[in-house]
Amino acid sequence: MNGPSLSGLFLRFCLFSLMAVGGATALVPEMHRQVVDLHGWMSSADFATLFAIAQAAPGPNVLFVSLIGWKLAGIPGALVCTLGMCLPSALLAFTVGRLWDRFRHSTWRMAIERGLAPITIGLVLGSGCLLVQATGTRGPLLVIAALSALLSFRSKLNPLWWLAGAALLGGVGALS
Amino acid sequence: MIPPRSPDSAFVPTRAELFLGFFKTGLSGFGGVMPHARRMLVEDRRWLDDRQFTELLSLGQTLPGPNILNMAVVIGARFHGWVGSVLAALGLLSAPLVIVLSLATLYGRFAHSARLIQILAAVAAAAAGLVLATGGRLATRMDRDAGSIFILVVAFLANFWLRLPLLGILLVLGPLSIGLAWRSLRREQRAQGGAP
Repeated sequence: MNGPSLSGLFLRFCLFSLMAVGGATALVPEMHRQVVDLHGWMSSADFATLFAIAQAAPGPNVLFVSLIGWKLAGIPGALVCTLGMCLPSALLAFTVGRLWDRFRHSTWRMAIERGLAPITIGLVLGSGCLLVQATGTRGPLLVIAALSALLSFRSKLNPLWWLAGAALLGGVGALS
Repeated sequence: MIPPRSPDSAFVPTRAELFLGFFKTGLSGFGGVMPHARRMLVEDRRWLDDRQFTELLSLGQTLPGPNILNMAVVIGARFHGWVGSVLAALGLLSAPLVIVLSLATLYGRFAHSARLIQILAAVAAAAAGLVLATGGRLATRMDRDAGSIFILVVAFLANFWLRLPLLGILLVLGPLSIGLAWRSLRREQRAQGGAP
């Protein structure tokens, strides 16, 4: 396996940063496409596991990106990918932040907000399906994914409970 | 420029407070940071009022990149310029980054344990379910006219099923969807009496 260079990773994640419409979750399929499908830098199951670790840890879900970087190039990779993912969009937010309120009643601002929403949602749903697929389509895992989707959709409980419940099921060997 | 300050949000944080506020938010954000961020910004520390928070949330969600990070950058800049942005971003990310990398290192060490593999597969399946639920919740709040639903379905299929490059999807669907939204907004505005 031929790993990526740090500068290559940085540039790749800078581009991801500007494509992350609706946040890091919408990027999951694109990252999977590049890291797993195109370059074969990790397996689909590894990808899903790293996502699970990121979800179970505190903090913003952008840290999934740090774990991808960690898997590809250790701690330096984690830092480079995180910086690449955060810097371009942060610079954009810094610039636009001064103007945002001024355009509150502008039709263009409203059109951008409203127009991006369905794209974001389509991408997030795509992320969810891809992660289900990457986790493995064994029956018990599909049941866990479906239950967690349904429970979290229906209830306002902290989603960490569903992750903990799943960990318990996995730990007692309910999946084998 | 910046939303006018209401008497309710008369608290201007120092640089240290800015860092610490986001530091605490980052650490408490199990299963989603945004609700904690709102409590910290609006209720506990009153750096923002509700309307300012909603405005910043729409900015964070519309611009590309991590939503909460975008908000931290703008809030930091508002109180202490670019230094504030850097402090807020570092506060938000530093502790969770250390934690997640520690977890990853532990995982790297025990990755061969059959039990750990079982546990993580189950957690990964549940995490995937959570993402589906997030998408579902967002979809219930969206304006569900035919155009939006069409765009949603095409984005989903192109992304998940056809595995097309995201850049291409955004370059085609972005202008199309914003154009459709613009047209329906104009129509609504005309229906309300022609004000721009």
